Amino acid sequence: MISIFITAFVVGGLICVVGQLLFDVAKLTPAHTLCLLVVIGSVLDGLGLYEPLIDFAGAGATIPITSFGNSLTHGAMAEAEKHGLIGVLTGMFEVTSSGISSAIIFGFIASFLFKPKGTI
Amino acid sequence: MNEKKYAALEKEISPKTPYLRNCIKAFLVGGTICLIGQFVALFYMTYFDFTERTSSNPTVSTMIFFAMLLTGFGFYKKIGQIGGAGGSVPITGFSNAVVSAAIEHKSEGYVLGVGGNMFKLAGSVILFGVFSAFVVALIKTILVKLGVVSW
Repeated sequence: MISIFITAFVVGGLICVVGQLLFDVAKLTPAHTLCLLVVIGSVLDGLGLYEPLIDFAGAGATIPITSFGNSLTHGAMAEAEKHGLIGVLTGMFEVTSSGISSAIIFGFIASFLFKPKGTI
Repeated sequence: MNEKKYAALEKEISPKTPYLRNCIKAFLVGGTICLIGQFVALFYMTYFDFTERTSSNPTVSTMIFFAMLLTGFGFYKKIGQIGGAGGSVPITGFSNAVVSAAIEHKSEGYVLGVGGNMFKLAGSVILFGVFSAFVVALIKTILVKLGVVSW
């Protein structure tokens, strides 16, 4: 029980270190870094490597942005398994809908609640 | 001054990047956010009918909600300044990008300002995520049809 908290902390931290190295060493902008990490997550899921990482690290693997690429690919592949090629399109947002919809909804609510004051 | 000289001069006078310190900070801040996420996941597994795998969806939504509050009150900016990639790589950083763009463009109106600019920063992440997922899933589906790999 305790061990999942430790692995979540360590794995999540390490993914962020990868991001930091892409910032500092590869001199990528934050936007490029995030896009690259999402693509990496999606490719890892294609190879079947991301689910074992989630089993190992729990939130350490699901909270970093790599999991966004993973769940997009996962939904697309799960649906493609059932319905063939067209499933790639229909299943794309199956798993990740909660992330996108809550970002849109909370973002819109926040724009009612808060005044602009340099939050970026 | 030619380009080479300029690049050399720029390298000489710009402060050295503290690689190790930045990495440690990113590790600690990012790890802490994931640790909080694990507690949220545990909450959903204990009090609601979620398993270890299905708990990730409500957890992500909850973390996005927390990040919205932190962004609105101006605290997330500080987390980003301290943690670097530790603040922007977790899903909370994605939420921060959406929410801050929504708030900042409020003055231009809700349709053109908030609606048009909400995904200004986060849109590229969605674009590349969706397109790479499309390519990967397409390749995998074709490989399965050809009998090279199995699901």
